[in-house]
Parts: sequence; structure tokens; C-alpha cells
Amino acid sequence: MRRLGRLLVPLGFGFAFLYLPILLMAVFSFNDSRLVTSFTGLSLRWYAALWRNEALVEAALLSLRIAAVSATMATILGTLAGFALARFGRFRGRGAFAGMMAAPLVMPEVITGLSLLLLFVALEQAFGFPAGRGATTVAIAHATFGAAYVAVVVQARLRDFDMSLEEAAADLGARPWQVFRLVTLPLILPGVAAGWLLAFTLSLDDLVIASFVSGPGASTLPMVVFSSVRLGLTPDLYALATITVVVVALVLGLALRLGGGPPRG
Amino acid sequence: MSGGPGRALVLALPAAWMLLFFAAPFAIVLSIGFAEPAEGIPPFTPPWRVGEDGAIALRPNLANFALLLEDPFYAEAALRSLRVAAISATLCLLIGYPMALAIARAPEGWRNTLLMLVVLPFWTSFLLRVTAWIGLLQDQGWINGALLGVGLIEAPLTLLYTDLAMYLGITYCYLPFMVLPLYAALSKLDPALLDAASDLGARPWRAFLHVTLPLSLPGVVAGFLLVFIPAVGEFVIPELLGGPGAQLIGRVLWTEFFQNRDWPLASALAVVLLLVLVVPIAAFQSRAARDAPR
Repeated sequence: MRRLGRLLVPLGFGFAFLYLPILLMAVFSFNDSRLVTSFTGLSLRWYAALWRNEALVEAALLSLRIAAVSATMATILGTLAGFALARFGRFRGRGAFAGMMAAPLVMPEVITGLSLLLLFVALEQAFGFPAGRGATTVAIAHATFGAAYVAVVVQARLRDFDMSLEEAAADLGARPWQVFRLVTLPLILPGVAAGWLLAFTLSLDDLVIASFVSGPGASTLPMVVFSSVRLGLTPDLYALATITVVVVALVLGLALRLGGGPPRG
Repeated sequence: MSGGPGRALVLALPAAWMLLFFAAPFAIVLSIGFAEPAEGIPPFTPPWRVGEDGAIALRPNLANFALLLEDPFYAEAALRSLRVAAISATLCLLIGYPMALAIARAPEGWRNTLLMLVVLPFWTSFLLRVTAWIGLLQDQGWINGALLGVGLIEAPLTLLYTDLAMYLGITYCYLPFMVLPLYAALSKLDPALLDAASDLGARPWRAFLHVTLPLSLPGVVAGFLLVFIPAVGEFVIPELLGGPGAQLIGRVLWTEFFQNRDWPLASALAVVLLLVLVVPIAAFQSRAARDAPR
């Protein structure tokens, strides 16, 4: 019993810290009052207000599109990189390659954002592509840091099972590409799916990098939310947060059920 | 698996992509750091001139870096950023270590669920979680409301736009990055070692200090770096929760770029920020590279 108690105290404190703000936000998203403090009655008016906010809905749709495209690019790049890092043994330049794949995980966003913007400006001056900045440049930027996260997840997944299955397939005469398609890929598929989800979420969530590399007329959801938070807090943002949490919890719960384990970072 | 053209093909795409979109931009930032601000789009003149014969002459402008060195405002912002990041990472460690330990020692069947509960907030919008703290901390916020309601205070406390709010926000948002590597290190720990320590007469606290803690140090270092490095350049949380005095380097860079439209100075700041972080980032990268395959 004492053992259990010793477990519960840090967990209770930690989870209260993590979830109390989210819980309060969810409760007050159903508040009838415009004031964010006093709860006057149940109402769905902030959800309705959210739906009627055209700038927000448009930004959300743009963000979802960018997230889907960039997560797919990130998954292709990150899976290849994770596979190379986990299966190619020691090759020349491995240290530099591993470092380059890992650096975006910790690089401060202001640096990544500014440097990518300057690259896009230089590329446009030199080659005329990308012409102007908007959804395309944001998607390229998001694919780049998303790939780093996918590589970590795929690498971890590959390390979880040994190479004997792949070796057996190769011994039985499968070509390297066949080994990958018929043995490796099905085994790492949960990791690849988790990586895609992670890249998708990170893209939806990014404010700083998108602010640098986006252009006029292409405001993503976080950019719109940021400017409205700066103007003042309104309960429709709580409604947006509540919807996000519910969707994420459902998707993650489902992924946990199907994939048998949370994505590891 | 044997080598060959297949391997080169697998490597080529991600390597080329990262070289173009991650490594190359740093060279450009460095060069724009030596450019001169100018009216126009983009708002700078590059630090070189192309002569009539096509020869390129370098014309580096040192004024940006000189300004960063001379004006104490920038050095103070850099130092403040390092301090804030170190304190936030320490707070994350103090909250996250007991959590990670408890999850690692929890019954097998609970662990995945508990880990998912740690990760879940990280999957929801970061910006909206910061927004929740505005609701908690503002003058008519939930904390002040509760304290006034109970009668503990008579006037609302100023909580929002303070250093305290900024630390709470950073700790809150980065906590999962601390818990995950700590859990990874702690879950690998063989419980037999603790049994051995207790058989040899060590009390739980001593066993923790001499067995658990040293063996989990790689996780501590990884978690600390994962929080510390991005926190040094953090912009959103100090902007939304911190006071006007919280001029951190990320916020200064943002202001120079977006408000003052001084791209060369912003680039020079990015170079300086990168130099400040080069040691911790190299430490993080070498850890990632050392995760060598079996």
C-alpha cells in the first residue's frame, strides 16, 4: 500500500499540473457568459461563434491541407532516413547524417524559421522558385522538421525487432527491395503511421516557423489564433481547444488500441 | 545487408533534402548577417557586389555584429535567455523525474496508458495550452477568482505578464520532453539491482542515490537538453505570458525581423544564438549519432 502511495503522489501532482488547465478550459468553453471567470450557465454559443468565424475556418482548412501534404513528405523522408540509420551499420558520413537528422528536434524555431525564409528568398532570386511564399513554402518547412521526428520513431521501431527476419528473407532469395516491401515495411508500419501522425500534429501546431516562411494571404490556424489571443482572450478559443483535445484523444486512443503502444520520442 | 546502389539511393533523398533545407540555410543566414539593411524587398543589400566583368567582390558589413557586441541590451537578452532556459529545464526535471520514476515502477499494464496521458497534451495545440494559462493567471482569472472566493486575498494578485507566469508556461509546455527520455532510461533499469542494494542493507533513499540516479543520468542529460536548447530561443511563451521586461533573445530576434524589418540584424542575432547553443546542440547530436546500430 505504501508503495502504491509513493507512486500516486508524483503522478497525481504531475497529471493535475498537466490537465487542470485543459479541464478548466473545456468547462468554460460551455459557459454562457462572455467573462471567462464566472460560470453563468451551459451554452454552445462559443462553438457556434467558432463555426461562424470565417477567417478561422479558412485558416483551419489551410492548416489541415498543409499538414497532410507535409506529413506525407516527412514520412517518406523520415522513413528512408530512419531505415538508413538503423540498418546500414557504420557508413561514411553516418555521424554527420545522424546529426543533421537530429538537429531539427532541438533547433530553436526562430532560427529554423528565419534561415528557411532567407533560403526561399535566395532561391526565388536565383531560380524563380518558389515564386512568392505561402502554403508551398510552409509545407516544405514543416516536412523538414517533421522528417526528423519520423526518423526517430521509425528508428526506434526498427531497433525493437532484430534483423533475423530480414536476413531469413534475403537467404530465401528475396531482393533487397522485396525484403523491404514484404518484411520490413509491414513490421514498421505502426511506427510509420505514428510518425505520420506526429508530423501532421506538429505541422498543425507550428506558429513560429510558419510566420517566417508564409506569405500574404496564407495565414495558418496558429497564426490566426496567435493574433486573436494577442487582442484578448475570448471563450471561442476555449471551444477550439476543447475540440482539439477531444479529437486528439480519440485518435491517440484508437492508435494505441491498434498499434499496441504509444509513439516513443 | 550488403552495400550497393540501393543503399545510396535510400540515403540520397533524405540527405539531399536536409542539406538543402536545413544545412544550407545556415550559410545564407551567416552571409545576410554581414549584409546592409536597405529599403526594398528583400530589405537588405547583399554583402557582395558583382562587378562589370562578372567578378564577385565581398563587401562584408560588420555593423550588425558590432551593434550586438556594443549594446548591452543584446548581451543581457542572451544571458537572460540562458538563465530562463536553465531554470525551466530544472523545474521540468523536478516535476518530471518523480513522474517518470512512478511510471517506470507502475504495474506493467498501466504504463502505456500513463505514458499516453503524459504525451497527450503535447499532441494538442501548444498555443491553446498557453491560452489556458492566460485564463488561469489573468487578473480576473480562475486562480484569482478562487482565491478571492475563499477570502484568502482581497485584491487580485498580478500573476500574468510576470516571470512566474513565463516559467510556469515553459515548464508546462516542455514537460513531456523531459518525462519521455527519463522514462526510457528508468524503464531499462534492472530491478534486481535495487533488490541487491536492499539485500546489502541500503535504505531506499540510498539505493536511489547510488543505483537509480546514476543509471538514469543519460536520460537526465537527454531530457535537460531537449528542454533547454529550444527554450533558449523560445518566443511564444515569453510573448504571451511574460512581462515586457522578459526580453529573451528569441523575442528580440522576432521584433527585429517583424517590427523593425531589420533582416540583417535578425540574421546576426540568429548567428549569435546558434553560437551560444553550439555546445549543447553538439552534445545532443553526438548522443543521437552514438545510438549506433547493433
